[in-house]
This record gives sequence, structure tokens and C-alpha cells, in this order.
Amino acid sequence: MALSVKDVEHVSKLSRLSFGEDEKKEFVEKLNSVVDYIEKLEEVDVEGVKPTYHALDIKNVFREDEVKPSFKRKDILNNAPDSEGGCFRVPKVVK
Amino acid sequence: MEIYDLTIHEVRDLLKKKKITSVALVEKVFERIEAVEEDVASFLALYKEEALEKAEVMDAKYAAGEPLGDLAGIPIAVKDNMCTIDKNTTCASKMLENFVPPYDATVIKKLEDEGAIIIGKTNMDEFAMGSSTENSAFQVSRNPWNLDYVPGGSSGGSAAAVTAGEVFGALGSDTGGSIRQPAALCGIVGIKPTYGLVSRYGLVAFASSLDQIGPLSKDVEDAAIMLNAIAGHDERDSTSVPKKKINYKKALVNDVKGMKIGVPKEYFGEGVTPKVKELIYKALDRLVELGAEYEEISLPYTEYSLPTYYIIAPAECSSNLARFDGIRYGHRAETFEGIDDLYTKSRNQGFGEEVKRRIMIGTHSLASGYYDAYYNRAMKVRTLIRDDFDKAFEKFDCIITPTAPDKAFKIGEKTDDPLAMYMSDICTVPINIAGVPAISIPAGFVDGMPIGMQIIGQHFDEETIIKVAYTFEQNTDFNKRATL
Amino acid sequence: MEFKTIVGLEIHSELKTKSKIFCSCTTEFGGDVNTQCCPVCMGFPGSLPVVNKKVLDYAIKAGLAFECDIASHSKMDRKNYFYPDLVKAYQISQYDLPLCSNGKITIEKSDGTTKDIGLIRIHIEEDTGKSLHGLKEVSLLDYNRSGVGLIEIVTHPDIETPEEAVLFLDELKATLEYLEVSDVKMEQGSLRCDVNINVVAKDGSIKSRISEIKNLNSFKAVQKSIDYEAHRHTELLKAGKNSEKDTRRWDSDKNKTVFMRSKQHVEDYRYFPEPDIVDFEISDEWIQEIREKLPELPKAKKERFVKEFDIPAYDAQVLVNDKKLAHYFEALCADFNDPKLISNWIMTEMLRRMNLEEVTLDELKFEEKDLVILFKQIAENKISNNAGKKVFRKMFETGEKPLALIESMGLKQISDDDFIEELVTEVLEENPDAIEDIKNGKDRAIGYLVGQVMKKSKGKANPQMVSQMIKDHCL
Repeated sequence: MALSVKDVEHVSKLSRLSFGEDEKKEFVEKLNSVVDYIEKLEEVDVEGVKPTYHALDIKNVFREDEVKPSFKRKDILNNAPDSEGGCFRVPKVVK
Repeated sequence: MEIYDLTIHEVRDLLKKKKITSVALVEKVFERIEAVEEDVASFLALYKEEALEKAEVMDAKYAAGEPLGDLAGIPIAVKDNMCTIDKNTTCASKMLENFVPPYDATVIKKLEDEGAIIIGKTNMDEFAMGSSTENSAFQVSRNPWNLDYVPGGSSGGSAAAVTAGEVFGALGSDTGGSIRQPAALCGIVGIKPTYGLVSRYGLVAFASSLDQIGPLSKDVEDAAIMLNAIAGHDERDSTSVPKKKINYKKALVNDVKGMKIGVPKEYFGEGVTPKVKELIYKALDRLVELGAEYEEISLPYTEYSLPTYYIIAPAECSSNLARFDGIRYGHRAETFEGIDDLYTKSRNQGFGEEVKRRIMIGTHSLASGYYDAYYNRAMKVRTLIRDDFDKAFEKFDCIITPTAPDKAFKIGEKTDDPLAMYMSDICTVPINIAGVPAISIPAGFVDGMPIGMQIIGQHFDEETIIKVAYTFEQNTDFNKRATL
Repeated sequence: MEFKTIVGLEIHSELKTKSKIFCSCTTEFGGDVNTQCCPVCMGFPGSLPVVNKKVLDYAIKAGLAFECDIASHSKMDRKNYFYPDLVKAYQISQYDLPLCSNGKITIEKSDGTTKDIGLIRIHIEEDTGKSLHGLKEVSLLDYNRSGVGLIEIVTHPDIETPEEAVLFLDELKATLEYLEVSDVKMEQGSLRCDVNINVVAKDGSIKSRISEIKNLNSFKAVQKSIDYEAHRHTELLKAGKNSEKDTRRWDSDKNKTVFMRSKQHVEDYRYFPEPDIVDFEISDEWIQEIREKLPELPKAKKERFVKEFDIPAYDAQVLVNDKKLAHYFEALCADFNDPKLISNWIMTEMLRRMNLEEVTLDELKFEEKDLVILFKQIAENKISNNAGKKVFRKMFETGEKPLALIESMGLKQISDDDFIEELVTEVLEENPDAIEDIKNGKDRAIGYLVGQVMKKSKGKANPQMVSQMIKDHCL
């Protein structure tokens, strides 16, 4: 099922991406060619088939409740685009 | 033969016999890099000073007669999606152009513990998404066999570097074929290990349930050496398997007598060019001469592998790449109005077209109303694909197919048609979906360009595929050096 | 038209494991900003989560305490959304296979009746970082809290009044404290509560749209907000209108809810199983091991207090609501054999003063054994009850020892027969009418005369003896 421009806008919003008007048309075309292709899976009879979410059969991988030293703040902030007083700084979020 | 054409095990022997020093090795590779890098463009970063310093340390150890491993003092390269402490790790993306991680990936630590000298980070398709390395935001790498052609992707930089003699071995990552396909297109050896054999800690995630790190090398013995160094359980990776450590060099045995090989007809269909099919059958005949037997089999769900992959991988990547939001690291737009605009502008500016496309497909596959039809369905088909392999391995020791449907294609040839580009992966993708191991080795030439043969094994049976590959390599002469 | 209020609660409780849920950073509260972080809890590219087993232990513990079914097969899922305090732009949580489901908490209302509040589920997840609002139009982000393990508890919409909500929260908080799985301090954010509320006409004809209320910082706020919202929804329906499906913020200064955002369009979290974490198989042995180590829980302790110590149910509830207080009470009972007196004293004297002065049990200036000494003095009639209260007040303020205080405050009660006899005789002579009243059954006159004797003795006479003596003389 091809995606309409509206569908694309919705998905863009969810992924925090956007497309210029001229870009949009071509992008949507290429996107839909892929969407058409992956819909091939509708042909497969998956009745009674369990999904495989993990390639491995292992379960219960845990660690003990032990504290280990954290990283130094300067390493945490080293790549920050903007910071203040040891914190990351962003425009205020109204939630 | 030039020093830079030698294999890891050959230079290791020279080092042990004190016929060469590590410093000399590093100098030689940098000479070579200087000569060819402008053409091949394999590297995004080079660490000459540091490499020489490390080489000096290794030389002292050799001089002191310390017991050293197979990689000690040997120049190696690493794909730029593996974190290297205090050094840029860009994933060939504008998003991470200036990202400097404060930690090393586990595989980096392991290589360094073995004494390997990491001389630089190699080019790749942005965030490992692509089959030609043309999606790199910074440069296009070229195939050393013919500079007008792609080296394959997404580990194209690593493949080109090894092929051109710029390093003796390199690490790549493989999610849908990104080690094996470039290895095939460049005429070298590449292994995608069983999912869970090699730690993913420090590998910038593309598709978490498919990604694996593996070696690219000039021959099978080198690949085994590198696999020895990087394989093993890591407590930092919950999906890494606690298994007893295996010495893969023990599998370097020249003998395939009685080996039962399955040859799935679905990998010899329309999508694969006749000349490639011919070469693979010739290779199979050679193996028969050496005592193996093969039978045509069917892996009926093969045709659904690529669509399955193009749901699972984008879905996981859409989630894995959401963290690139311009807040804590990575590219942030200079001007924006409010937080959502910050996100959107930063991501738009930071990501290339293919990455955006896959994020969109992935988000769509997971969206409410579509999850069952896409993602969950793909996970069920995954079971069927995996079952195909499990059933085959009840009867056969390994499975052989072409690695790529054709020789390398021209730079720019497929960049306008994403689906055409995706088709490069038809033979490699099912292996990632099933989680089984596979090796690609040179199996001949078409129009002067290398062709690879893929040998697939049961889960955690790298030993069988290494054995078959080694035997084939020892009894044929396709392991050639590109003249560059 | 009459309306019924329907409330469901969503509670998040920070688990007090030493390290975070997916990494080994400390979970300690109050650290300097961004000093308790690592690549994993920062979501740096390439980082991977590794599950802290204790988080599951604690969640299972809580599930058992609340009579939940513990899943034998469970997993983690990704909940995808963008927000600056969420480092990976997805939260690792649980979607369709929560660790615990179908539990309940029984509350005892003031009228003595009990009610079961059902729990839909309890699941584990990671906490987010914290947004500190800076000056102007910026937010500052501290990720110390990012990755701390949480349990999320979701109730059935079984709560109908603000009182029920608070009783529920009291029992929940006390139980989690007893289990030692959480600090449950709402002020520190280790316990958070969101309210989902609407009203329905009792005849079922109309109902309002559900409002979600956030930013509730105390049980009192929960109580007030339910009251406010129920009223707001009811008024809207009565006026022929309706509430909106929305998220509202509780404004504790203005004592009202304020619109935050509409919930018309449900956020699409695109849940899918977490590929970096393998599934959980919870064996019966694992569950049994935890079950065997469960401590005595508030409900059981309350029942035991009532039975063993013969104190009123209400008192017992107040005592068990605070684990430390219950322990304190029992310790006192071990040293002084009058639980009723102790309980009464704690309820009237101690708690009142503690609330007034905002002092916690740990901060009390006097020691347990001193309180026992004081009780003994009262029991042995060395001082009157009133005097005892005076001494206690001083002990509370200064921590001085009771015997020393009794001396310095001159409060030693006199139980000397002759001394009292003398004063009683004096008072009787001065109040002949009172004697008549007493003979005629006016008991109030006894009290009056006792008061007179107490005055003459400057409060030192043993009032019980005085009263008895007066009665003996008159009757």
C-alpha cells in the first residue's frame, strides 16, 4: 500500500525528519518503491509461526548489583553541543 | 612481492625471525598509503605518529624475546563505526563528524591486547547503510582492481585498504552482507561470524539483531588469526554468547574429504549473472575433485529474505538512530525555534538520503496499525528462513552460494535506484537473518574483476567453513593482488 | 443527578538497588550533576544495556507482596519517543509481558469496612534524566537519574474517593518500605503518582472523558486533586458539557488543575521487543526463594499488633504505616509492658509533636530507653500523667534525661498517705457544699475537689490517690 504525502508527513513527524517540497515528491516515489517491495511478505503463510526476536536461544543474562565508578563529567559533556553549569542545555520544553 | 602485499602470517613470521621491525612495517604501509590513498580513498582518519610510537613499543617486546601473539606489531585498520577512545568515530556521517567517544569498543581493546597497531579508521556507507560505500558523507572509496568501480559496502573502506595493501587486515561490520560483499568485490576474504560470537559493545548500532563485527583479510589464515583476536564473550554485551574460546587456526586444515555441501537453487536464480553462476559451479567441481560432495537443495523462503531484511533492519535502525537528536553529542543545527525544530533540523542536516529513507521505512513498519503487517510478520518469516537453514544443516556440513550476484558495478551506476542497490545483497542477507556464520573467498574473475564464493555454516561452526575455505584456497590460485 | 467518581492510579517507584538497571553507575540521590553517568546510561553510540538482576528480584518481591501473578516468561521492550531527558529517544520498558499482573491492595476505611483495589500490572523500566529549568528559555539536563530502575504500578479504576486514594497510597508506600525495595520519598521523586479520573452518572446515562493529572508531589495533593477534578467534571456534565481527554498539571499554590496538553491523539510509541536484551525465564524456584524471604508486611503486622498487644485497629494502622515507627513501638513494648499506654503516648504526644516540629524518628533527641524510664516513673506513680507530659515535652526539645528533668522541674509526685490526707482534709473543710454534691451523685464535684488539692500541692499530689481518698471520705 503506497504511502500518501499525508502518511509521509505523519511518519516524518514521528521520526523528527522533514522534507522540502521539491524533495518530497522524489523521496516519496523512492520510498514507495521500497514499501511496495516489502509488501511481498503478505504472500507468506505465517499461520502458527512464532516470531524470532532474538537470533540466539539464550535467556536470563544478568549482572550483579555492584556499583562501579562512573565516567568523569568532562567525558560525559565532551561532545555536548551546548552546556551550562555541568548540564546539557536545550531550549525550554513545554510539556 | 612488496612487503605490503604480504599476509599477516607472513609478516608475523618475518617479525618473529627479526627480518623486519614493526616500525618498518608501519613506515611501509604509510608509504603505500601515500602512494595510493588519493586514488582509493579508504581512510577517514590516519594515526601515523601514534602508530609509530606503538610500533616502537612492540619492537622492544620482540627484541626482549617476549611471547607475542599473531597480530603483535602488525598494522590493522578499523571501520569508522567502532568507537575508538578519544578519536573521532564518524560512521561516515555529518551527524557524527566531530564525535569523539570517551571509550573503546571491546574489539578495539581485544586487538590492542594482542599488540595489533590500529593505524586508522576506514570509510563506509553512512551508518553502515549501503552496498557500495557511495553513501559516505565524506568521500567515495574506489575498488583497487578498477578505480571506476565500487569496492562494495558498507565496509568498502576496509576492503579497499586491505586490497590495496594499505593495511594487512581490517575489521568491518556486517548487517546484510557488509563484510562479505565488499570482500567478494575486492577479491579478498571476509567473515561474518555467528551472531553473538563477537561483542557488539562499542559498535554503533545499525540493526541490533543482525549486526556483527568480522575480519577482512588477504587470505583465510589471516581471517582465522583476526577472528581469534576478536571472538569471545563480553559481559558488556547481553547478546554475546558465553562459549568456550576456540582456536580457529586449528581449522586451517587442507582436507574436505567427505564434506557434504548443500547448494540452494534459490541463490542461482535470475538475480545472479550467468558468468558468476558458472564460476561458482566450477569452484564446486574443484571441491568435488578434492573429495567433497554436493547436492542441489532448496531453501524455499529465500525469496522473502530481502523484503524481511528491509523491514527488520530499517525498523531497528529507526529506533537506534533516534538518539541522534542534537542534544548530547553529534550535529546540532545552528538556528532553530523550539525543541522539535532543533530535533528536525539537526537530523535533516546530519543524515544523508539513504539513512533518512531507512528511518522512514522503519518508523512506518513499527507504527501503530502497521506493526503486525510489517514488523511482526517479518519476525515470523524470519523463523521460517532460519528453519530452512536448520533443516539443511541436518544433512549438510555447509552451504555454498555466490557472495554477490555480479562483479563490482560502476560508481554512480545504482545510486538513483535504491531497490537496484538493495539487490546486491540477495545472497548475503538471509545469513544475517538466520544468524549463521559465513565466509566469502575469492573464486575467480569476470571481466578482470573478482568474484566471491560464500560458504555458510551452522551456528557457531566457523571451523567447518574455515576448513572448506582454506582447502579451496590452498588448491586454487584466485588469491591475487590487485595491480595498483 | 448523582455521580460516581472513578479513579485509577499510575505509580512509579524508584528501586533502591545500589546500581542502575542497565549499568553499574550508582543510584544515590543528590549527586553533583552528570557525575553518575556512563556511556550506557547516557545512551552513547555503541553502548549496550546489561540487566541488573536485583531489579527483577525487587519487582518480584513487590509483586508477591501485592498478591500478583508473576510471569514465568517476560521480556523488555522499547518505547520510542523524543524528549530531552530520554537519552536514547526510547525507554527500555515492558509492554505486553509485564513481570507481574493481577494483584490487589486491601484498604481499611475509617468506618471499619475493607475494600480491594485491584492492580492491573507491575512492570520494570528505566528512569529518565531530570530537566532543571534554567533562566529564560532554556532547560538544563542532568542525567544522574537516567537509568535508575523503576517499577510502574497500574491500578484498576477501583478508587472512588480521595480518602480511598490516600489509604491506598499509604498501604502501598508502607509495603514498599517494609520490603526495602524503595525509599518511597515523594519529595525526592522516588515515588511518583499520576491520577486518571472521570465521573459517571449513577444511572449510567452519561460519563465524562478521562483526565490525567500529573505533577502531584504529596499524598495531600493527590487527595485534593481528585476532589477538585471530580467536582470539575461533575459541574461540566451538569451544565450539559463534557470534560476533554487531557493531561493536566496540579497547581499546589492555586489548588487547581491546569490544562497541559490534549490526549486526543494518542502518542504512537511503536513498541517492539528490545533486541539488545534477551528474554527472562522466571523459575518457580526463583519466585519461591523470594517468597520465603518476604518480611512481615504492614497488613500482617497490623493484625498481629491488634491481637498481641490489644491496641485499637486505628492505632495499629497508624503505627504500621511507618516501618520505623512500628519497629520503635515494638522495641518499647519489649522493655515496658503496657502496649496500650505506649501506643497511646506515641499517637497523642509523640506524633503530634513530631509533625508540628517536622522531626523524624531518626532525629529524636531522646533515646528509647529514656522514654521507658519516663513510662516507668508514671506507672510507679512517681509522677502524674500530666507531669509526665511536661517532662516529655522537655525531653523532646532538649534531649535531657527524664530523671534529671523530674528533679529540676520539681515534678515528683507525692503519694505519701499522710501528706495527701492532710490536704484532702483541708479542702473538704473549705468546701462543705461540694461534699453534699458528691453525696448526691454529682461526680463533677469530685473533680473539682481533686483540682483544689492539686492546687494546694502545686500539682505534686498523686491525683488518683486524692480522688480515691475524697471518695472514701464522702461516700
